Amino acid sequence: MYLVASVCFVLALKGLSSPKYARYGNFIGAFGMLVAVVTAYVHGVVHNGLWILVAVALGVAVGIPAARSVKMTAIPQMVALFNGVGGAAAALVALAEFFAVPDTTVLFRLATVLTVLIGSVSFSGSVVTFLKLQELMTTRPVLLPAGQQLAIAAAASSVALCAVTMAVPNGLLLWLLAVVGLALGVLFVLPVGGADVPIAISLLNAFTGLAVAASGYVLANTLLIVAGTLVGASGTILTRLMAQAMGRSLANILFGAFKATTAVAQGEEQRTVKSGTVEDVAILLGYANNVVVVPGYGLAVAQAQHAVRELVAQLERRGVSVAYGIHPVAGRMPGHMNVLLAEADVPYEQLKELDDVNPGITSVDVAVVVGANDVVNPGARDEPSSPIYGMPIFDVDRAKSVVFMKRSMRPGFAGVDNELLYNPKTTLLFGDAKDSLTKLLAAVKQL
Amino acid sequence: MIDLLTIFVLAVFVGFEVVSKVSTILHTPLMSGANAIHGVILVGAILITGSAESTLELVLGLIAVFLATVNVVGGFVVTDRMLEMFKR
Repeated sequence: MYLVASVCFVLALKGLSSPKYARYGNFIGAFGMLVAVVTAYVHGVVHNGLWILVAVALGVAVGIPAARSVKMTAIPQMVALFNGVGGAAAALVALAEFFAVPDTTVLFRLATVLTVLIGSVSFSGSVVTFLKLQELMTTRPVLLPAGQQLAIAAAASSVALCAVTMAVPNGLLLWLLAVVGLALGVLFVLPVGGADVPIAISLLNAFTGLAVAASGYVLANTLLIVAGTLVGASGTILTRLMAQAMGRSLANILFGAFKATTAVAQGEEQRTVKSGTVEDVAILLGYANNVVVVPGYGLAVAQAQHAVRELVAQLERRGVSVAYGIHPVAGRMPGHMNVLLAEADVPYEQLKELDDVNPGITSVDVAVVVGANDVVNPGARDEPSSPIYGMPIFDVDRAKSVVFMKRSMRPGFAGVDNELLYNPKTTLLFGDAKDSLTKLLAAVKQL
Repeated sequence: MIDLLTIFVLAVFVGFEVVSKVSTILHTPLMSGANAIHGVILVGAILITGSAESTLELVLGLIAVFLATVNVVGGFVVTDRMLEMFKR
């Protein structure tokens, strides 16, 4: 039966990587999980059966409403949280098994310490990413005075603890290892800058997979090994793909830690920006031939997906050709913006990627930036000192004109000031994205 | 032990192979789906709790069962909600 479940998981991942079969893939995965869990319950449970059912029921009672009620904009932090609890579960399983069978071979002990360590790192790391994404704490990189030394110390002591625990199996040491793992997870994620948090989630996801695989050795359960390894391997690849989409190396994201952030944001005086009225912008848009809309997280926060679609439809009725420029990391996760716009019934064909938009950008009359910031920041292209230098951007500063819809002059998620705001070609339209778009729609209709 | 290692190595290759070419659109759902799949630790949690002898094991196991269940059901439901958006 475990074999059936394993095959289901492979098919699920396969399905999830093609748009057509993604949903089936998810169902197959859920089916495989059901088979596995029922099998485990029927064959593996000697006693405490009722307790287990109660715990499962509680888990369902918490998990489903949480997953159902979460807003689409808050999905990334939800995934981070689910990932974290999975890591914690793996660590607890290894701990419990250790207390059940403390006297085992060295290899089993190795698997045990690895599960406890990786599971703890994944749990605390995920909690920190959740706090960052939920903006319960600063989204900027947090650099502790001796953060690097502390992290190295925690890493070194965890390795030492692993070694000692393997030599002298001791419950107390294992608990200590879990605590060090928790600290390590926090230290590891704190310096990661806001825009890179999604990549950290993906990496932690792979970590949890590995922890589950290691717990499979502890329990000598092939299904756990297969499923955990699948997630570990695919998660690693996915993390690399995401890093590539951001144009940055993984090492740079994890250890480069946006060192120059504050240096760039500071040292600037009050500079003049050009802000326009709704009518100005309506005229600009209504008489353009070619418009590109670059939506960002701000659009999602303002729940303005529908408003932007209506505006685009109105412009198209006037014969304006409109495309959406979707940055791979627009929103808070790769592909997040596609999900949000699909929710608002924006047709696929209008969603263009970087490589489709940038070559023809000079012939674009108006680039409309709605609630995006970092993905159009020319600093990423021109200023090696910029913390987001190297991230591919939409070259909207090369379009004939730019309309920048913003709530305020606050910098974007990465906490970096945007040179584009001061560009003479740029017209700023302050206000809530939904509000501005609705007014724009009315103004365009009156032209 | 060698058998388990063999399984591990083979699974690594399968994992790499399966997701080597994914469009950015699907990165988020794929991550979320993989996230649900590692909730399979629920199986481990159930097995360990089902054979628990001491109170400590039982408590640890039950917490693990609870957390793993949240991971599994939450993961699959969230993934499905995301994919629902893509359905035309």
